[in-house]
Amino acid sequence: MSELALDVDGLGKNFGGLPAVRDVVLKVELGERHLLLGPNGAGKTTLFNLIAGDIRPSTGSIRLFGRDVTRMRTDQRTHMGVARTYQIITLFAESTLTHNVVMSLTGLSRCRFDPFTSLDRRTGFRERAREVLATVGLEHLADRKVSETSYGERRRLEIAMAMAQEPSLLLLDEPLAGLSADERGEVQRLLESIPRSVTIVMIEHDMDVALAFADRITVMQRGAVVVEGNRAEVVADPKTKEVYLGH
Amino acid sequence: MTARSGVWLVVMVVALVLVPVLIGSPFYVNLASQVLIYAILAMSLNLLVGFGGLTSLGHAAYLGFAAYVTIYLTTLAGFGQFSGALIALVATTGLAMLFGFLALRASGLGFLMITLALGQILWGLAFRWVSLTGGDNGLGGMQRPHPFGIDLGDPNAFYYFALCFFLVAFAGIALFVRSPFGHSLRGSRDQPRRMRALGYNVWFVQWCGFVYAGFWGAIAGILYAYYNQFVSPHALNLMTSAETLLMVIAGGAGTLFGPIVGAVLVVVLKNVVSAYIARWVMLLGAVFVMIVLFMPEGLVPGTTRWTKLALGRRRRAAGGGPGEATGTAAVQERSS
Repeated sequence: MSELALDVDGLGKNFGGLPAVRDVVLKVELGERHLLLGPNGAGKTTLFNLIAGDIRPSTGSIRLFGRDVTRMRTDQRTHMGVARTYQIITLFAESTLTHNVVMSLTGLSRCRFDPFTSLDRRTGFRERAREVLATVGLEHLADRKVSETSYGERRRLEIAMAMAQEPSLLLLDEPLAGLSADERGEVQRLLESIPRSVTIVMIEHDMDVALAFADRITVMQRGAVVVEGNRAEVVADPKTKEVYLGH
Repeated sequence: MTARSGVWLVVMVVALVLVPVLIGSPFYVNLASQVLIYAILAMSLNLLVGFGGLTSLGHAAYLGFAAYVTIYLTTLAGFGQFSGALIALVATTGLAMLFGFLALRASGLGFLMITLALGQILWGLAFRWVSLTGGDNGLGGMQRPHPFGIDLGDPNAFYYFALCFFLVAFAGIALFVRSPFGHSLRGSRDQPRRMRALGYNVWFVQWCGFVYAGFWGAIAGILYAYYNQFVSPHALNLMTSAETLLMVIAGGAGTLFGPIVGAVLVVVLKNVVSAYIARWVMLLGAVFVMIVLFMPEGLVPGTTRWTKLALGRRRRAAGGGPGEATGTAAVQERSS
């Protein structure tokens, strides 16, 4: 068995008395494309928030690249190579697309502590940001404000900001949600172009894209893992149909 | 935009250097010195309020604490002028480190209340710890320093002394705001969650911003001590904190020039208008109501907006003359 990028063991999170995630075991190998499926409220995004460090688990442990990160802050995990996109878009709305990506680049650079030199003078970051924007097809909008762009463009900017950090583990929370058919195709090609050195965990409801993309699939329901396996196993499992179609 | 603010900067510096020459009267030169001191305080608070999104009602703590330490050390403890000021600066920055640690446990209204409470604690100490602070009578008997043999007792000399610090503070804050660290402070204001996911330690960024604001507050406090040669609990009270916050908000939070304009407004109203109208606080209130009604974003951004609007209308009126404007063009302009 090869080394694990992500090793979640017995993870649980209660909000008050309500268990949002229960005893989840999730093992993702290096370079794997792992898909999280499940109806709304199954706890997929909560699981993402636990892995990224936005919230602390009630029980269980999380290991990233063999290191226990259960009690580590979000920004520390980011410096270990975790990057994520959000289901609900969180961007700097009144800044340009370039500036958004620059903020992503400086987040991992030591210069983020520099209080004396102008950020605009650091042309290296701006050039790199434009290159990253070009990979998602947004270079023509580089100087436009986020508030003046379309929903689909913002989704792609979310991915650009995550990719700018050259992550080892990429967490994608519904990257295709709310996109037109054309835009879905573009984002799908973009995701396929990500090298295998990057491990990807994705939440997605678009079955055609998701199933084609994933190596392994975990189906969740009411906070717990119901089925786990490769594409054929999960599709063939009667419990999958039960989760999606009911009894 | 940067070229225009560069022009404003040159205009501001030249005007400030010429103030004593143009005014002549020592009363008004002293008033200008006060404006500079409060402008430094307001600029430092603006780091928190405008750029950090952290509204504080306890900023007088740094002004008052630095002033008390400076005067105590140089009059009662027998320290020299330079070492006294230096210790006051370090001690006040240390105080900001502690207060930042306590206040940043909360955000929003909770943060506001903690800063208010901490400020009130200092005020209470100054008021009650009579053996150390002189209580209600305050501490006095301080001499202004004589750096390089220049007598700062002269209004003009003191004005230029304060101006030097003001310009350094302005430059320091302007650079800070444009720097990567300044951008991370603003990012932490707008999208704290995203900032964490991008690898920023949001708490640490805000704490550093808090300490930096306290540092410049201390500079204002030391100048305050030199100017008044006296300090009483008044320097630490809630009214002083609230006035500083009003300077920031009235001038334009999150802009470089806003707090300066706000400081001019409040200090001039307080000192000049109060000579003619006994109820000058009412006038101050009325002015703020007008600002909130017509320029809710503050005087500096508000004036910019109104000017743009007026220029745009004039240009439109000129362009809409004979022949040129076709029907569609006119419609497009109106819709834009």
